[in-house]
Amino acid sequence: MSAQSSLEQSLVQQLSSQFKDSVRSSSFKAKRFKITVDETIILKVAEYIRDQLGFDHAASVTGTDFPKDGVIEVVYHFTSYSKDDLRKVVGALAVRIPRDSPKIPSLINVWPSVEYHERETYEMLGVTFEGHPNLKRLLLPEDWSDIPPLRKDFTLPGR
Amino acid sequence: MTLSVGPQHPGSGHFRLIITVDGDIIVKAEPDPGYVHRGEEKMAEVRNYIQNIPHIERPSIIDASGILYPYVLAVEDLLGKSAPERAQYIRMIMAELNRITSHLYFLSIFGIFLGHSTMFMWPMGDREVFIDLSQMIGGTRITFSHFVPGGVRSDAPDSFADKAEKTCDYFEGRLKEYERIFVNNPLCHQRTVGVGVLTKEDAIKLGVVGPSLRASGVKSDTRRDEPYDAYDKVDFEVPVYSEGDSYARLRVHFDEMRQSMSIIRQCIKQMPKGPVKQKLPPQLRPPAGEAYARTEAARGAMAYYIVSDGGNYPYRLKMNVASFRNLIAIPYLLKGVHLADMPTVYWGLDYWPVEADK
Repeated sequence: MSAQSSLEQSLVQQLSSQFKDSVRSSSFKAKRFKITVDETIILKVAEYIRDQLGFDHAASVTGTDFPKDGVIEVVYHFTSYSKDDLRKVVGALAVRIPRDSPKIPSLINVWPSVEYHERETYEMLGVTFEGHPNLKRLLLPEDWSDIPPLRKDFTLPGR
Repeated sequence: MTLSVGPQHPGSGHFRLIITVDGDIIVKAEPDPGYVHRGEEKMAEVRNYIQNIPHIERPSIIDASGILYPYVLAVEDLLGKSAPERAQYIRMIMAELNRITSHLYFLSIFGIFLGHSTMFMWPMGDREVFIDLSQMIGGTRITFSHFVPGGVRSDAPDSFADKAEKTCDYFEGRLKEYERIFVNNPLCHQRTVGVGVLTKEDAIKLGVVGPSLRASGVKSDTRRDEPYDAYDKVDFEVPVYSEGDSYARLRVHFDEMRQSMSIIRQCIKQMPKGPVKQKLPPQLRPPAGEAYARTEAARGAMAYYIVSDGGNYPYRLKMNVASFRNLIAIPYLLKGVHLADMPTVYWGLDYWPVEADK
Protein backbone atom coordinates (compact mmCIF):
# COMPACT_ATOMS: atom_id res chain seq x y z
CA MET A 1 0.00 0.00 0.00
CA SER A 2 2.80 2.40 0.85
CA ALA A 3 4.44 1.75 -2.51
CA GLN A 4 1.17 2.65 -4.23
CA SER A 5 0.53 5.86 -2.37
CA SER A 6 4.09 7.00 -2.88
CA LEU A 7 3.60 6.82 -6.66
CA GLU A 8 0.64 9.21 -6.56
CA GLN A 9 2.48 11.42 -4.11
CA SER A 10 5.58 11.60 -6.27
CA LEU A 11 3.49 12.42 -9.36
CA VAL A 12 1.80 15.29 -7.52
CA GLN A 13 5.14 16.51 -6.16
CA GLN A 14 6.73 16.38 -9.58
CA LEU A 15 3.91 18.47 -11.05
CA SER A 16 3.89 20.91 -8.15
CA SER A 17 7.62 21.56 -8.34
CA GLN A 18 7.49 21.96 -12.12
CA PHE A 19 4.62 24.48 -12.17
CA LYS A 20 5.12 26.06 -8.74
CA ASP A 21 3.23 29.35 -8.88
CA SER A 22 0.46 28.22 -11.19
CA VAL A 23 -0.69 25.31 -9.06
CA ARG A 24 -3.73 26.33 -7.04
CA SER A 25 -4.24 23.08 -5.15
CA SER A 26 -3.39 19.42 -5.29
CA SER A 27 -4.47 16.25 -3.54
CA PHE A 28 -3.97 12.51 -3.77
CA LYS A 29 -5.30 9.25 -2.40
CA ALA A 30 -4.77 5.62 -3.38
CA LYS A 31 -4.72 5.37 -7.20
CA ARG A 32 -6.06 8.90 -7.68
CA PHE A 33 -4.60 12.38 -7.74
CA LYS A 34 -5.88 15.79 -8.66
CA ILE A 35 -4.13 19.02 -9.50
CA THR A 36 -5.80 22.39 -10.07
CA VAL A 37 -3.89 24.91 -12.16
CA ASP A 38 -4.37 28.35 -13.74
CA GLU A 39 -6.18 28.08 -17.05
CA THR A 40 -3.41 30.02 -18.81
CA ILE A 41 -0.90 27.18 -18.48
CA ILE A 42 -3.23 24.19 -18.86
CA LEU A 43 -1.77 23.33 -22.28
CA LYS A 44 1.77 23.24 -20.89
CA VAL A 45 0.74 21.14 -17.90
CA ALA A 46 -1.16 18.69 -20.10
CA GLU A 47 1.80 18.35 -22.44
CA TYR A 48 4.07 17.73 -19.48
CA ILE A 49 1.68 15.10 -18.10
CA ARG A 50 1.60 13.34 -21.47
CA ASP A 51 5.26 13.57 -22.43
CA GLN A 52 7.10 13.48 -19.10
CA LEU A 53 4.76 11.43 -16.94
CA GLY A 54 3.41 9.14 -19.68
CA PHE A 55 -0.37 9.50 -19.39
CA ASP A 56 -1.31 8.80 -22.99
CA HIS A 57 -5.04 9.47 -23.15
CA ALA A 58 -7.80 11.40 -21.42
CA ALA A 59 -10.78 9.38 -20.30
CA SER A 60 -13.27 12.15 -19.72
CA VAL A 61 -13.93 15.85 -19.46
CA THR A 62 -16.35 17.00 -16.78
CA GLY A 63 -17.68 20.43 -16.03
CA THR A 64 -19.17 21.29 -12.66
CA ASP A 65 -21.02 24.53 -12.02
CA PHE A 66 -20.42 26.33 -8.69
CA PRO A 67 -22.67 29.42 -8.79
CA LYS A 68 -21.83 30.34 -5.18
CA ASP A 69 -18.15 30.74 -6.06
CA GLY A 70 -19.00 32.11 -9.50
CA VAL A 71 -16.87 29.47 -11.21
CA ILE A 72 -17.15 26.44 -13.43
CA GLU A 73 -14.64 23.73 -12.74
CA VAL A 74 -13.49 21.76 -15.76
CA VAL A 75 -11.79 18.46 -14.93
CA TYR A 76 -9.83 16.26 -17.32
CA HIS A 77 -9.42 12.68 -16.11
CA PHE A 78 -6.51 10.89 -17.71
CA THR A 79 -4.75 7.55 -17.47
CA SER A 80 -2.36 5.41 -19.44
CA TYR A 81 -2.44 2.33 -21.65
CA SER A 82 1.22 2.18 -22.60
CA LYS A 83 2.85 2.44 -19.15
CA ASP A 84 2.03 -0.55 -16.97
CA ASP A 85 2.65 1.11 -13.60
CA LEU A 86 0.40 4.05 -14.46
CA ARG A 87 -2.58 1.96 -15.56
CA LYS A 88 -4.00 1.76 -12.08
CA VAL A 89 -3.75 5.51 -11.57
CA VAL A 90 -6.36 8.00 -12.71
CA GLY A 91 -5.21 11.59 -12.58
CA ALA A 92 -7.33 14.71 -12.72
CA LEU A 93 -6.29 18.05 -14.15
CA ALA A 94 -8.68 20.82 -13.17
CA VAL A 95 -9.14 24.50 -13.89
CA ARG A 96 -11.60 26.89 -12.30
CA ILE A 97 -12.85 29.55 -14.68
CA PRO A 98 -15.35 32.41 -14.22
CA ARG A 99 -18.83 31.25 -15.04
CA ASP A 100 -19.86 34.43 -16.87
CA SER A 101 -17.18 33.95 -19.55
CA PRO A 102 -15.96 30.35 -19.36
CA LYS A 103 -13.14 29.92 -21.85
CA ILE A 104 -10.14 27.61 -21.85
CA PRO A 105 -7.73 26.35 -24.51
CA SER A 106 -8.78 23.01 -25.99
CA LEU A 107 -6.55 20.04 -25.16
CA ILE A 108 -7.43 18.26 -28.40
CA ASN A 109 -3.87 18.55 -29.69
CA VAL A 110 -2.50 17.00 -26.51
CA TRP A 111 -5.09 14.26 -26.06
CA PRO A 112 -7.15 13.72 -29.25
CA SER A 113 -9.51 11.55 -27.20
CA VAL A 114 -11.15 14.66 -25.69
CA GLU A 115 -12.82 15.65 -28.98
CA TYR A 116 -16.39 14.59 -28.16
CA HIS A 117 -16.05 15.10 -24.42
CA GLU A 118 -15.19 18.77 -24.95
CA ARG A 119 -18.13 19.15 -27.32
CA GLU A 120 -20.40 17.68 -24.66
CA THR A 121 -19.05 20.03 -21.99
CA TYR A 122 -19.46 22.95 -24.40
CA GLU A 123 -23.16 22.34 -24.91
CA MET A 124 -24.00 21.14 -21.41
CA LEU A 125 -22.18 23.91 -19.49
CA GLY A 126 -21.44 26.55 -22.10
CA VAL A 127 -17.65 26.28 -21.75
CA THR A 128 -15.81 27.41 -24.88
CA PHE A 129 -12.75 25.35 -25.78
CA GLU A 130 -10.55 27.62 -27.89
CA GLY A 131 -8.85 25.84 -30.76
CA HIS A 132 -11.31 22.96 -30.97
CA PRO A 133 -11.85 22.37 -34.70
CA ASN A 134 -15.47 21.27 -34.51
CA LEU A 135 -17.03 22.83 -31.45
CA LYS A 136 -20.73 22.39 -32.15
CA ARG A 137 -23.78 20.84 -30.57
CA LEU A 138 -23.64 17.10 -29.97
CA LEU A 139 -26.41 15.56 -27.86
CA LEU A 140 -28.99 18.31 -27.35
CA PRO A 141 -31.87 18.85 -29.79
CA GLU A 142 -31.12 21.14 -32.72
CA ASP A 143 -33.76 23.63 -31.63
CA TRP A 144 -32.52 23.90 -28.03
CA SER A 145 -32.61 27.59 -27.11
CA ASP A 146 -32.42 27.51 -23.29
CA ILE A 147 -29.32 27.97 -21.13
CA PRO A 148 -26.85 25.06 -20.96
CA PRO A 149 -28.75 22.38 -19.01
CA LEU A 150 -26.06 21.31 -16.57
CA ARG A 151 -25.76 24.84 -15.20
CA LYS A 152 -27.24 24.95 -11.72
CA ASP A 153 -29.68 27.73 -12.64
CA PHE A 154 -31.33 25.48 -15.20
CA THR A 155 -34.17 23.84 -13.30
CA LEU A 156 -36.01 20.76 -14.43
CA PRO A 157 -39.70 21.31 -15.15
CA GLY A 158 -41.73 20.39 -12.08
CA ARG A 159 -38.74 20.40 -9.71
CA MET B 1 -22.11 11.66 -52.60
CA THR B 2 -23.21 12.26 -49.02
CA LEU B 3 -25.66 9.89 -47.37
CA SER B 4 -27.57 10.32 -44.17
CA VAL B 5 -27.79 6.91 -42.57
CA GLY B 6 -30.29 6.79 -39.74
CA PRO B 7 -31.43 8.01 -37.26
CA GLN B 8 -33.80 5.07 -37.64
CA HIS B 9 -31.62 2.15 -36.55
CA PRO B 10 -28.56 2.05 -38.78
CA GLY B 11 -27.55 -0.69 -36.38
CA SER B 12 -29.38 -0.70 -33.14
CA GLY B 13 -30.75 2.29 -31.32
CA HIS B 14 -31.36 5.69 -32.84
CA PHE B 15 -28.21 7.18 -34.22
CA ARG B 16 -27.24 8.94 -37.42
CA LEU B 17 -24.14 8.63 -39.54
CA ILE B 18 -23.33 11.19 -42.21
CA ILE B 19 -21.37 9.22 -44.76
CA THR B 20 -19.56 10.46 -47.86
CA VAL B 21 -19.06 7.76 -50.45
CA ASP B 22 -17.02 7.42 -53.60
CA GLY B 23 -18.66 4.60 -55.51
CA ASP B 24 -19.39 2.21 -52.69
CA ILE B 25 -16.29 3.08 -50.66
CA ILE B 26 -16.72 5.27 -47.60
CA VAL B 27 -14.33 8.22 -47.67
CA LYS B 28 -15.67 10.06 -44.64
CA ALA B 29 -18.04 9.22 -41.83
CA GLU B 30 -19.27 11.64 -39.22
CA PRO B 31 -21.32 10.38 -36.29
CA ASP B 32 -24.33 12.41 -35.19
CA PRO B 33 -25.52 11.09 -31.82
CA GLY B 34 -28.06 12.59 -29.44
CA TYR B 35 -31.38 11.14 -30.63
CA VAL B 36 -31.87 9.26 -27.38
CA HIS B 37 -30.41 11.78 -24.95
CA ARG B 38 -32.37 11.66 -21.69
CA GLY B 39 -30.43 13.99 -19.42
CA GLU B 40 -29.42 11.25 -16.99
CA GLU B 41 -26.74 13.45 -15.42
CA LYS B 42 -29.17 16.29 -14.73
CA MET B 43 -31.79 13.85 -13.40
CA ALA B 44 -29.21 12.48 -10.99
CA GLU B 45 -28.81 15.92 -9.41
CA VAL B 46 -32.43 15.97 -8.21
CA ARG B 47 -32.67 12.41 -6.91
CA ASN B 48 -31.05 10.90 -3.86
CA TYR B 49 -28.36 8.27 -3.96
CA ILE B 50 -30.80 5.35 -3.83
CA GLN B 51 -33.38 6.85 -6.22
CA ASN B 52 -30.59 7.23 -8.75
CA ILE B 53 -29.99 3.49 -9.01
CA PRO B 54 -32.88 2.48 -11.32
CA HIS B 55 -32.61 5.33 -13.78
CA ILE B 56 -28.86 5.23 -14.37
CA GLU B 57 -29.25 1.57 -15.33
CA ARG B 58 -31.57 2.47 -18.19
CA PRO B 59 -29.03 3.65 -20.79
CA SER B 60 -27.66 0.14 -21.04
CA ILE B 61 -30.32 -2.32 -19.99
CA ILE B 62 -28.62 -5.29 -21.65
CA ASP B 63 -25.65 -4.71 -19.34
CA ALA B 64 -27.55 -3.30 -16.36
CA SER B 65 -25.13 -4.54 -13.71
CA GLY B 66 -22.13 -3.36 -15.68
CA ILE B 67 -23.35 0.21 -15.96
CA LEU B 68 -24.36 0.38 -12.30
CA TYR B 69 -21.26 -1.22 -10.81
CA PRO B 70 -18.92 1.82 -10.67
CA TYR B 71 -21.74 3.99 -9.33
CA VAL B 72 -22.02 1.93 -6.15
CA LEU B 73 -18.23 1.76 -5.87
CA ALA B 74 -18.01 5.55 -6.15
CA VAL B 75 -20.70 6.09 -3.51
CA GLU B 76 -18.98 3.56 -1.23
CA ASP B 77 -15.72 5.41 -1.77
CA LEU B 78 -17.37 8.70 -0.74
CA LEU B 79 -18.95 7.07 2.31
CA GLY B 80 -15.77 5.25 3.26
CA LYS B 81 -17.67 1.96 3.43
CA SER B 82 -17.24 -1.32 1.61
CA ALA B 83 -19.45 -4.28 0.83
CA PRO B 84 -19.27 -7.58 2.78
CA GLU B 85 -17.15 -10.23 1.09
CA ARG B 86 -20.06 -12.38 -0.05
CA ALA B 87 -21.72 -9.35 -1.65
CA GLN B 88 -18.53 -8.62 -3.57
CA TYR B 89 -18.60 -12.11 -5.09
CA ILE B 90 -22.30 -11.83 -5.92
CA ARG B 91 -21.66 -8.53 -7.67
CA MET B 92 -18.91 -10.14 -9.69
CA ILE B 93 -21.18 -13.05 -10.66
CA MET B 94 -23.89 -10.63 -11.77
CA ALA B 95 -21.42 -8.48 -13.68
CA GLU B 96 -20.02 -11.52 -15.50
CA LEU B 97 -23.49 -12.91 -16.27
CA ASN B 98 -24.35 -9.53 -17.73
CA ARG B 99 -21.16 -9.52 -19.73
CA ILE B 100 -22.18 -12.83 -21.28
CA THR B 101 -25.74 -11.73 -22.06
CA SER B 102 -24.47 -8.47 -23.51
CA HIS B 103 -21.88 -10.27 -25.66
CA LEU B 104 -24.54 -12.73 -26.85
CA TYR B 105 -26.72 -9.82 -27.88
CA PHE B 106 -23.69 -8.41 -29.68
CA LEU B 107 -23.10 -11.70 -31.47
CA SER B 108 -26.64 -12.12 -32.67
CA ILE B 109 -26.82 -8.62 -34.17
CA PHE B 110 -23.35 -9.11 -35.65
CA GLY B 111 -24.62 -12.35 -37.21
CA ILE B 112 -27.68 -10.78 -38.77
CA PHE B 113 -25.61 -7.92 -40.17
CA LEU B 114 -23.61 -10.52 -42.05
CA GLY B 115 -26.86 -12.09 -43.25
CA HIS B 116 -26.33 -15.15 -41.07
CA SER B 117 -29.74 -15.68 -39.50
CA THR B 118 -28.76 -18.82 -37.55
CA MET B 119 -26.23 -16.71 -35.69
CA PHE B 120 -29.05 -14.34 -34.87
CA MET B 121 -31.31 -17.10 -33.48
CA TRP B 122 -28.80 -19.13 -31.47
CA PRO B 123 -27.26 -16.44 -29.27
CA MET B 124 -30.68 -14.87 -28.65
CA GLY B 125 -31.93 -18.27 -27.50
CA ASP B 126 -28.88 -19.04 -25.37
CA ARG B 127 -29.04 -15.57 -23.88
CA GLU B 128 -32.26 -16.67 -22.21
CA VAL B 129 -30.52 -19.33 -20.10
CA PHE B 130 -28.18 -16.71 -18.69
CA ILE B 131 -31.09 -14.33 -18.14
CA ASP B 132 -32.81 -17.12 -16.16
CA LEU B 133 -29.65 -17.48 -14.14
CA SER B 134 -29.35 -13.78 -13.35
CA GLN B 135 -33.06 -13.72 -12.52
CA MET B 136 -32.34 -16.19 -9.71
CA ILE B 137 -30.17 -13.56 -8.03
CA GLY B 138 -31.49 -10.26 -9.32
CA GLY B 139 -35.19 -11.06 -9.25
CA THR B 140 -36.04 -9.66 -12.68
CA ARG B 141 -34.95 -10.54 -16.18
CA ILE B 142 -32.92 -7.57 -17.24
CA THR B 143 -33.03 -4.40 -15.16
CA PHE B 144 -32.12 -5.64 -11.73
CA SER B 145 -31.31 -2.48 -9.72
CA HIS B 146 -29.62 -5.11 -7.62
CA PHE B 147 -26.42 -3.39 -6.53
CA VAL B 148 -26.71 -0.84 -3.74
CA PRO B 149 -24.03 1.08 -1.85
CA GLY B 150 -22.89 -1.32 0.85
CA GLY B 151 -23.71 -4.58 -0.93
CA VAL B 152 -26.49 -6.12 -2.97
CA ARG B 153 -30.23 -6.28 -2.43
CA SER B 154 -30.62 -10.04 -2.37
CA ASP B 155 -28.55 -13.17 -1.87
CA ALA B 156 -28.12 -16.04 -4.33
CA PRO B 157 -30.40 -18.99 -3.56
CA ASP B 158 -28.81 -22.35 -2.63
CA SER B 159 -29.85 -23.86 -5.94
CA PHE B 160 -27.85 -21.24 -7.84
CA ALA B 161 -24.50 -23.05 -7.77
CA ASP B 162 -25.84 -26.21 -9.42
CA LYS B 163 -27.83 -24.37 -12.02
CA ALA B 164 -24.89 -22.13 -12.88
CA GLU B 165 -22.52 -25.09 -13.30
CA LYS B 166 -25.00 -26.83 -15.60
CA THR B 167 -25.59 -23.70 -17.64
CA CYS B 168 -21.86 -23.07 -18.07
CA ASP B 169 -21.27 -26.71 -19.12
CA TYR B 170 -24.05 -26.41 -21.66
CA PHE B 171 -22.82 -23.10 -23.00
CA GLU B 172 -19.22 -24.22 -23.37
CA GLY B 173 -20.46 -26.88 -25.76
CA ARG B 174 -22.56 -24.33 -27.59
CA LEU B 175 -19.61 -21.99 -28.07
CA LYS B 176 -17.84 -24.75 -30.02
CA GLU B 177 -20.88 -25.00 -32.28
CA TYR B 178 -20.89 -21.22 -32.74
CA GLU B 179 -17.27 -21.39 -33.80
CA ARG B 180 -17.94 -24.21 -36.25
CA ILE B 181 -20.92 -22.55 -37.89
CA PHE B 182 -19.92 -18.88 -37.73
CA VAL B 183 -16.47 -17.85 -36.53
CA ASN B 184 -14.61 -20.40 -38.66
CA ASN B 185 -16.97 -19.94 -41.57
CA PRO B 186 -15.14 -18.68 -44.73
CA LEU B 187 -18.04 -16.32 -45.44
CA CYS B 188 -17.57 -14.68 -42.07
CA HIS B 189 -13.83 -14.38 -42.74
CA GLN B 190 -14.37 -12.72 -46.10
CA ARG B 191 -16.54 -10.02 -44.62
CA THR B 192 -14.53 -9.33 -41.47
CA VAL B 193 -10.81 -10.13 -41.85
CA GLY B 194 -8.89 -6.93 -42.60
CA VAL B 195 -12.08 -4.84 -42.55
CA GLY B 196 -12.37 -1.73 -40.40
CA VAL B 197 -8.85 -1.79 -38.99
CA LEU B 198 -8.00 0.28 -35.92
CA THR B 199 -4.25 0.39 -35.31
CA LYS B 200 -2.74 0.08 -31.86
CA GLU B 201 -1.38 3.65 -31.99
CA ASP B 202 -4.79 5.06 -32.91
CA ALA B 203 -6.53 2.98 -30.25
CA ILE B 204 -4.25 4.38 -27.54
CA LYS B 205 -4.36 7.94 -28.86
CA LEU B 206 -8.16 7.94 -29.13
CA GLY B 207 -8.62 6.35 -25.71
CA VAL B 208 -10.73 3.52 -27.13
CA VAL B 209 -12.00 1.07 -24.50
CA GLY B 210 -13.21 -2.47 -24.11
CA PRO B 211 -13.14 -5.32 -26.63
CA SER B 212 -12.22 -2.89 -29.43
CA LEU B 213 -9.13 -1.82 -27.52
CA ARG B 214 -8.03 -5.39 -26.85
CA ALA B 215 -8.66 -6.36 -30.48
CA SER B 216 -6.14 -3.66 -31.41
CA GLY B 217 -3.39 -5.22 -29.35
CA VAL B 218 -3.60 -3.26 -26.09
CA LYS B 219 -3.74 -5.58 -23.10
CA SER B 220 -5.80 -3.41 -20.81
CA ASP B 221 -8.75 -4.45 -18.70
CA THR B 222 -9.86 -2.51 -15.63
CA ARG B 223 -10.48 -5.79 -13.80
CA ARG B 224 -6.73 -6.41 -14.13
CA ASP B 225 -5.36 -2.85 -14.12
CA GLU B 226 -7.17 -1.75 -11.00
CA PRO B 227 -8.88 -4.79 -9.42
CA TYR B 228 -12.05 -3.87 -7.56
CA ASP B 229 -14.09 -6.04 -5.17
CA ALA B 230 -12.60 -9.56 -5.33
CA TYR B 231 -11.24 -9.52 -8.89
CA ASP B 232 -7.72 -9.84 -7.52
CA LYS B 233 -8.68 -13.23 -6.06
CA VAL B 234 -9.77 -14.89 -9.31
CA ASP B 235 -7.65 -16.08 -12.22
CA PHE B 236 -8.56 -15.05 -15.71
CA GLU B 237 -6.92 -14.24 -19.01
CA VAL B 238 -7.29 -10.94 -20.84
CA PRO B 239 -7.80 -11.94 -24.49
CA VAL B 240 -5.79 -9.79 -26.91
CA TYR B 241 -5.53 -9.79 -30.69
CA SER B 242 -3.17 -7.63 -32.68
CA GLU B 243 -5.05 -7.33 -35.98
CA GLY B 244 -7.50 -4.61 -34.97
CA ASP B 245 -10.09 -5.66 -37.58
CA SER B 246 -13.73 -6.72 -37.30
CA TYR B 247 -12.71 -10.35 -36.99
CA ALA B 248 -10.40 -9.65 -34.04
CA ARG B 249 -13.20 -7.78 -32.29
CA LEU B 250 -15.49 -10.76 -32.83
CA ARG B 251 -12.88 -13.13 -31.39
CA VAL B 252 -12.33 -10.97 -28.31
CA HIS B 253 -16.04 -11.19 -27.53
CA PHE B 254 -15.92 -14.97 -27.88
CA ASP B 255 -12.89 -15.40 -25.65
CA GLU B 256 -14.29 -13.06 -23.02
CA MET B 257 -17.41 -15.18 -22.62
CA ARG B 258 -15.21 -18.19 -21.83
CA GLN B 259 -13.27 -16.15 -19.28
CA SER B 260 -16.49 -14.87 -17.73
CA MET B 261 -17.73 -18.43 -17.21
CA SER B 262 -14.43 -19.31 -15.60
CA ILE B 263 -14.77 -16.32 -13.25
CA ILE B 264 -18.35 -17.33 -12.36
CA ARG B 265 -17.21 -20.87 -11.53
CA GLN B 266 -14.38 -19.56 -9.34
CA CYS B 267 -16.68 -17.12 -7.58
CA ILE B 268 -19.13 -19.89 -6.72
CA LYS B 269 -16.31 -21.97 -5.22
CA GLN B 270 -14.66 -19.12 -3.30
CA MET B 271 -17.78 -17.31 -2.13
CA PRO B 272 -17.95 -17.30 1.69
CA LYS B 273 -21.19 -17.48 3.68
CA GLY B 274 -22.37 -14.34 5.43
CA PRO B 275 -24.32 -11.13 5.03
CA VAL B 276 -24.72 -9.54 1.61
CA LYS B 277 -25.45 -6.01 2.70
CA GLN B 278 -23.98 -3.58 5.13
CA LYS B 279 -26.65 -1.70 7.01
CA LEU B 280 -26.58 1.93 5.95
CA PRO B 281 -29.04 4.73 6.71
CA PRO B 282 -31.90 4.96 4.18
CA GLN B 283 -30.93 8.51 3.31
CA LEU B 284 -27.27 8.51 2.36
CA ARG B 285 -25.38 11.75 2.89
CA PRO B 286 -21.77 11.22 1.84
CA PRO B 287 -19.36 13.82 3.20
CA ALA B 288 -18.35 16.60 0.82
CA GLY B 289 -15.72 15.46 -1.60
CA GLU B 290 -15.34 13.69 -4.89
CA ALA B 291 -14.79 10.15 -6.12
CA TYR B 292 -13.87 8.61 -9.45
CA ALA B 293 -14.59 4.88 -9.65
CA ARG B 294 -14.20 2.68 -12.71
CA THR B 295 -14.94 -0.89 -13.67
CA GLU B 296 -14.85 -3.01 -16.78
CA ALA B 297 -18.40 -3.25 -18.13
CA ALA B 298 -19.25 -5.47 -21.10
CA ARG B 299 -18.53 -2.68 -23.58
CA GLY B 300 -15.39 -1.47 -21.85
CA ALA B 301 -14.20 0.80 -19.08
CA MET B 302 -17.13 2.40 -17.31
CA ALA B 303 -16.60 5.18 -14.79
CA TYR B 304 -18.48 7.58 -12.58
CA TYR B 305 -17.20 10.86 -11.25
CA ILE B 306 -19.33 12.04 -8.35
CA VAL B 307 -18.99 15.38 -6.59
CA SER B 308 -20.76 15.52 -3.24
CA ASP B 309 -21.54 18.65 -1.24
CA GLY B 310 -22.62 16.63 1.77
CA GLY B 311 -26.29 16.74 0.81
CA ASN B 312 -28.90 14.13 -0.07
CA TYR B 313 -28.35 14.43 -3.80
CA PRO B 314 -25.15 14.16 -5.80
CA TYR B 315 -23.97 17.69 -6.56
CA ARG B 316 -22.63 16.49 -9.90
CA LEU B 317 -22.66 13.02 -11.37
CA LYS B 318 -20.69 12.31 -14.51
CA MET B 319 -21.30 9.05 -16.35
CA ASN B 320 -18.27 8.19 -18.39
CA VAL B 321 -19.64 5.41 -20.56
CA ALA B 322 -17.74 3.13 -22.91
CA SER B 323 -19.89 3.85 -25.97
CA PHE B 324 -19.35 7.59 -25.72
CA ARG B 325 -15.61 7.06 -25.51
CA ASN B 326 -15.66 4.77 -28.54
CA LEU B 327 -17.66 7.26 -30.62
CA ILE B 328 -14.42 8.94 -31.65
CA ALA B 329 -13.22 5.76 -33.39
CA ILE B 330 -16.13 5.56 -35.84
CA PRO B 331 -14.64 7.90 -38.50
CA TYR B 332 -11.33 6.01 -38.29
CA LEU B 333 -12.92 2.58 -38.60
CA LEU B 334 -15.26 3.36 -41.47
CA LYS B 335 -12.74 5.10 -43.71
CA GLY B 336 -12.11 2.99 -46.80
CA VAL B 337 -14.73 0.40 -45.95
CA HIS B 338 -17.34 -0.82 -48.44
CA LEU B 339 -20.76 0.60 -47.69
CA ALA B 340 -22.11 -2.96 -47.42
CA ASP B 341 -19.67 -3.64 -44.57
CA MET B 342 -20.65 -0.49 -42.68
CA PRO B 343 -23.20 -2.22 -40.39
CA THR B 344 -20.75 -4.90 -39.24
CA VAL B 345 -17.91 -2.47 -38.67
CA TYR B 346 -20.20 -0.12 -36.78
CA TRP B 347 -21.67 -2.90 -34.67
CA GLY B 348 -18.27 -4.53 -34.16
CA LEU B 349 -17.23 -1.47 -32.18
CA ASP B 350 -19.96 -2.44 -29.70
CA TYR B 351 -21.40 1.04 -29.79
CA TRP B 352 -24.77 1.46 -28.11
CA PRO B 353 -26.47 4.80 -28.88
CA VAL B 354 -28.66 4.88 -25.78
CA GLU B 355 -25.63 4.42 -23.55
CA ALA B 356 -23.57 7.03 -25.40
CA ASP B 357 -26.34 9.66 -25.35
CA LYS B 358 -27.10 9.19 -21.65
